Amino acid sequence: MYEGVVQSLIDELGRLPGIGPKGAQRIAFHLIAADPADVRRLAATLVEMTQRVRFCSTCGNVAQEDECQICRDQRRDLSVICVVEEPKDVAAIEKIREFRGRYHVLGGVISPIDGIGPDDLRIRELMARLADGEVTEVILATDPNLEGEATATYLARMLKPLGLRVTRPASGLPVGGDLEYADEVTLGRAFEGRRLLDV
Amino acid sequence: MPARAPGEYPPPVHVTRLALTDFRSYASAELALEDGVSTLLGANGQGKTNLVEAVGYLATLGSHRVASDAPLVRYGAQCAIVRAQIAAPGRAALLELEINPGRPNRVQLNHSPVPRPREVLGVLRTVLFAPEDLALVKGEPDQRRRFLDDLLVATAPRYAGVRADYERVLRQRTALLKSLRGHPPARALARAGGRRADGRPDGAPAGGAADGAAADDPPASGAARTLEVWDEHLVRTGVELVAARLKLTAALRPLVGRCYAAVAGAESTITVGYRQSAGRAGSVAGAGPVPGQVPGEPAPDPAGLADGMREALARSRAEELDRGVCLVGPHRDDVDLRIGELPARGYASHGESWSMALALRLASYELLRSLGGDPVLLLDDVFAELDTGRRERLASLVAGAEQVLVTAAVSADVPPELDGARFEVAGGTVTRAG
Ligand SMILES: Nc1ncnc2c1ncn2[C@@H]1O[C@H](COP(=O)(O)OP(=O)(O)OP(=O)(O)O)[C@@H](O)[C@H]1O
Ligand SMILES: [Mg+2]
Ligand SMILES: [Zn+2]
Repeated sequence: MYEGVVQSLIDELGRLPGIGPKGAQRIAFHLIAADPADVRRLAATLVEMTQRVRFCSTCGNVAQEDECQICRDQRRDLSVICVVEEPKDVAAIEKIREFRGRYHVLGGVISPIDGIGPDDLRIRELMARLADGEVTEVILATDPNLEGEATATYLARMLKPLGLRVTRPASGLPVGGDLEYADEVTLGRAFEGRRLLDV
Repeated sequence: MPARAPGEYPPPVHVTRLALTDFRSYASAELALEDGVSTLLGANGQGKTNLVEAVGYLATLGSHRVASDAPLVRYGAQCAIVRAQIAAPGRAALLELEINPGRPNRVQLNHSPVPRPREVLGVLRTVLFAPEDLALVKGEPDQRRRFLDDLLVATAPRYAGVRADYERVLRQRTALLKSLRGHPPARALARAGGRRADGRPDGAPAGGAADGAAADDPPASGAARTLEVWDEHLVRTGVELVAARLKLTAALRPLVGRCYAAVAGAESTITVGYRQSAGRAGSVAGAGPVPGQVPGEPAPDPAGLADGMREALARSRAEELDRGVCLVGPHRDDVDLRIGELPARGYASHGESWSMALALRLASYELLRSLGGDPVLLLDDVFAELDTGRRERLASLVAGAEQVLVTAAVSADVPPELDGARFEVAGGTVTRAG
């Protein structure tokens, strides 16, 4: 235990994902030793984030305006939507520069253990985007693990009556894995070789 | 049994060095072992079982005594480390396991971290005989399912993944059923269950799916509509597990019969059958059994098993929703063991039950041998429980194995056939005594 604010800082950092007690202590002492100006800039960024970050009203990605940059970009292919779990998956797929369509962020996956059902995800918003018939292909790029597969199956069944091309990135992604950890080559190949989902 | 390519068979291996840190009663211990028989002798509570438990853990990533890892870590310590040097013809492996209760274990093979602990399954294979084995015969069905699944993983490590996948689907589906329990929409779903043969989720109308997404109740909430998706995953992973268990049961059947006769010293008709709790219409009587197949046992044909499971799901839908539990799938199955006409459980004498338990372990040993090199045999305190005849017969059956570790409280319990290295175990230290 440290005194007052030092311990509070360690406790706060320790609550972040991926940071254990030792890591929290290391970061805390790094910040204590750092130039106060740098630390204040970090603090200001955190505050600004809480005030300015919003979610794109169309796709659910993180955005600074009402719509994210991708949705506002007129050069994107409006006929394809790639459905992903989280904004970080958008970033992972953008890195491969293969996909030119737009995204739809679900905000999670179906997982009854965690009390998350389809009504807790942005599925209604997805159906609304598909209503005007402009979109002809939906790529279901949820993670290649059980919950990701189950969510993809559920969506594929919902979409089937619309007569769209419903695809899933090819296997080859590490099974049981996380989309964001797949390397760019693997992810690029998985997108190229996506297969039609038959449900 | 799962086919293996020639040359893919695991070679016979034995442990040449075992080192423990903060494992059970041992702050630190190290012993050098040889192939052949080694006997660990010591009074009660001195740490003999702890040693064989550690070796078993290296092979299965689990303890035969406890379901959770917490008791394996020495009281007051943070984590336990088990290290073993494993020798196989022409090569050696160093396996190191750090057991962290509540967190994933850290595993190293030859000093390189292994991303998923499961990947080291198969480096060391063991068959453990223990006083707890009596529960294989007398205990609840979960004991026998675990026996089959552990053996399945020992025959082909990829089944560790199948088993984990099935358990995950089961947890998800059970959580969903629990959350739907008693909700009015669930009742509508129960009525619809099984009627839809086209696999479309209830509540998704054939026309405009946009309506499907809108809360189009009744009949069911979005959560209820996902049930069919979990049904499909349950069927897919469940069928893989059941098919593998059926093949394993068929492979064990003749071996268990032979081993029972060998250990009991008497001929009896032994039946080993796989019993599905649900998934088959009708009961045992029915179509004549395939030769060698136990009446009532399904064929290990995935398509047929899947159909059976889907039918069972449709039949059980209302009850599952009512009770909030998953009533269909391999987590409800059992192994039917019979001596003569009678079920072993509930009918067999104490001695017969012991012979059956030993026969199951010996058959596992025989099966693993037939698929590759000898597994390491761990005989924890079994001789004390047996009469002289069965003691001697068991000893002669295992004496020739690549490596056998025997524990006993008194050396007089160990049959003379099992002569070999001796260790004394006392108060958390192990010393070579001959
Ligand atoms: N996590 C733990 N921390 C400290 N001690 C433990 C732990 N788990 C078990 N023990 C102790 O280890 C001791 C030896 O256990 P073990 O089962 O190996 O005995 P044994 O030599 O096989 O005895 P028996 O002949 O009665 O079977 C027990 O006295 C128990 O209290
Ligand atoms: Mg013991
Ligand atoms: Zn957007």
